[in-house]
Amino acid sequence: MVVIAGGKFSLMYRYDALDRRLVAERVAQFRDQTARYLDGRLSAEDFKPLRLQNGLYEQRHAPMLRVAIPYGMLSARQLRTLAEIALRYDRGYGHFTTRQNIQFNWVRIEDAPDILALLADVEMHAIQTSGNCVRNVTTDAFAGVAPDELVDPRPYCEMMRQWSTLHPEFAHLPRKFKVAFNGAREDRAASSVHDLAFDLYRNGVGEVRFRVKVGGGQGRTPRLAVTIHDDLPWQDMLTYTEAILRAYNRWGRRDNLYKARIKILVEALGAETFAKEVDEDFAFLEGGPATLTHEELQRVSACFVDPPYEDPATEVGHVRAGSKRPRFRRWLVRNVGPHKRAGYATVTLSLKRPSVAPGDATAAEMLKIADLAERYSFGELRVTHAQNLVLPDVAERDLLALWLEAESLDLAEPNVGLATDMIACPGGDFCALANARSIPIADAIQARLAPLEAKIGELAIKISGCINSCGHHHVGHIGVLGVDKNGEEWYQVLVGGRSDEKSALGQVLGKAVPAVEVAPLIERLARVYLRERRASERFIDTAQRIGVEPFKKAAYPAPVLEAAL
Amino acid sequence: MSALIRITPSGPLIAERDGRVFAPLAQWLAQAGEDIRALVLSPTDDPLLLEGRTGALEVIAIEFPKPTDGRGFSIASLARRRLGWRGELRAIGAVAYDQLAFMARCGFDAFDLREGEDAKACLRAFSEISVTYQHSNDGATIFRRREAALGGGR
Repeated sequence: MVVIAGGKFSLMYRYDALDRRLVAERVAQFRDQTARYLDGRLSAEDFKPLRLQNGLYEQRHAPMLRVAIPYGMLSARQLRTLAEIALRYDRGYGHFTTRQNIQFNWVRIEDAPDILALLADVEMHAIQTSGNCVRNVTTDAFAGVAPDELVDPRPYCEMMRQWSTLHPEFAHLPRKFKVAFNGAREDRAASSVHDLAFDLYRNGVGEVRFRVKVGGGQGRTPRLAVTIHDDLPWQDMLTYTEAILRAYNRWGRRDNLYKARIKILVEALGAETFAKEVDEDFAFLEGGPATLTHEELQRVSACFVDPPYEDPATEVGHVRAGSKRPRFRRWLVRNVGPHKRAGYATVTLSLKRPSVAPGDATAAEMLKIADLAERYSFGELRVTHAQNLVLPDVAERDLLALWLEAESLDLAEPNVGLATDMIACPGGDFCALANARSIPIADAIQARLAPLEAKIGELAIKISGCINSCGHHHVGHIGVLGVDKNGEEWYQVLVGGRSDEKSALGQVLGKAVPAVEVAPLIERLARVYLRERRASERFIDTAQRIGVEPFKKAAYPAPVLEAAL
Repeated sequence: MSALIRITPSGPLIAERDGRVFAPLAQWLAQAGEDIRALVLSPTDDPLLLEGRTGALEVIAIEFPKPTDGRGFSIASLARRRLGWRGELRAIGAVAYDQLAFMARCGFDAFDLREGEDAKACLRAFSEISVTYQHSNDGATIFRRREAALGGGR
């Protein structure tokens, strides 16, 4: 735990003088780049990669600014600054993403340097949140508190964040490069669909080792990452990554945007040949100056210690805390999770509310959530891959009080992991790339499945507005993909994907359907599951056991098929 | 009129363009390095082919077809760190203000600016960011420098 001014403490990585200087200089640099662009000294073509590496996209209505939330950790103070940005520079809300970042959809280019300066004040930035470079590092939203954790990934995430920030050699890769860390038995970081992923574990003598996977990703050519190293010592994390990135930077395809990700290179060479290429360079780098030291690990780890838990804490137990309020009981089951510490729990504040875009929060909500974090969770929060917010350290005896407040703020929808806890990209309403809208589809599914969802149980529905797959449709238990058919929005539906430790890609059921038919079709899929399930099977278990055929039949009932022929 | 920038012990300076002609790698290999003092590597060339054969060379140039083609950065790293090339390493082609600092950190010490670049302004590009997080051609990693700069404390 790091003690900061005023006797307050921090549970996260805190910038030192060097970190602060780097971010401040980066803001000044971008201010100059923006000025040169606005007065014509820098062409739009030359400015584009520069603004992208500062998180600025050109979007449908206005530039979009994506702010990095490194490995999803956020302090109450930082969240208040995000709220301030939403109010002053946007339309009063922000959108939390599947990569644990936040996006503002309505900023002006002229304001971007000032926004970055505000972020720098609270030790945040937008560096490398887009562009063809190493992106924000992600991990398990429950890192450090999950009972099934083998190794706390956060110090390694932070060391990777620093090393990959403004790396001079890897700023112009063939394509974007996403890195994830998973340190738990259950993979909550979707590591298999990342360009590079590390599974952390301890070997027989207790040393931290990494399983290294490369070449995962979604988009047009979905691939699950393949293991190229089983037993990498943590000290070699950066040197091995350097060798991987160098091989990719040199040999990744640059002639075709859609074949430029590392997954295509790994597949073309074969995992073994790719690993050989990496090993050859690594043999030279091994033991070199980028080898991590115990001192640095200790320095960084010291930021991620436990908060001052009550000892012994009052153990209430979820069920006993349940009282007679049915909605509270459902919330305890769905939104409250296990904690490594007896008497404590994790609480997920759902950002999946009827007629609100998945992952959206207003400035007012962000301020209220910051208050809740301060009062109930040591001032710290997490952004989840599923686009919700987590209070990671809540005392069980506070659960009812917290629920009452969250409920009054419309943040206690008891739907975590259920059908209405959908992942969706911003889609055609905001994104210039999208073929179709995602938000109205999410809304329709929400309305249709809400009455059934408690009965259905765990079901991950993921919606992308185009093949770029930001909504992770390939790994949804049910995936929905927006496609363009002669200027109309149509949707393909997939079944059987998952992004956990048993990762699998979903299979397309058949022809795309028009928007109005998506929600009814998905309800029919849910009913197949309800009919076919055995005992405690979840949707995904049933889907794996019975295969896609029964779902295909239900998706396209006979009359529709005849009409299509 | 464009210019050449060189990194010197007293910092980056504008230098006269020297009109050097660079032989492509294939030609250099074919002529076994005879009488060729300047060589250019394209983004697909392997600098390690020069291993043990750089004796007669004075300059190695690396070509950037466009500012966003990052291959030249890795070629420069390999040339400096694996090949051990200590002579001039020159960036040619699409060499622009906003690439210079990273190029220098990968080991380039001469920059043949593309047409239209303001050479005087470009001298400033090298010092915009003074903090570096990683080992590259320019020195130690942040954590080693941190230990030195901050005395191990915060």
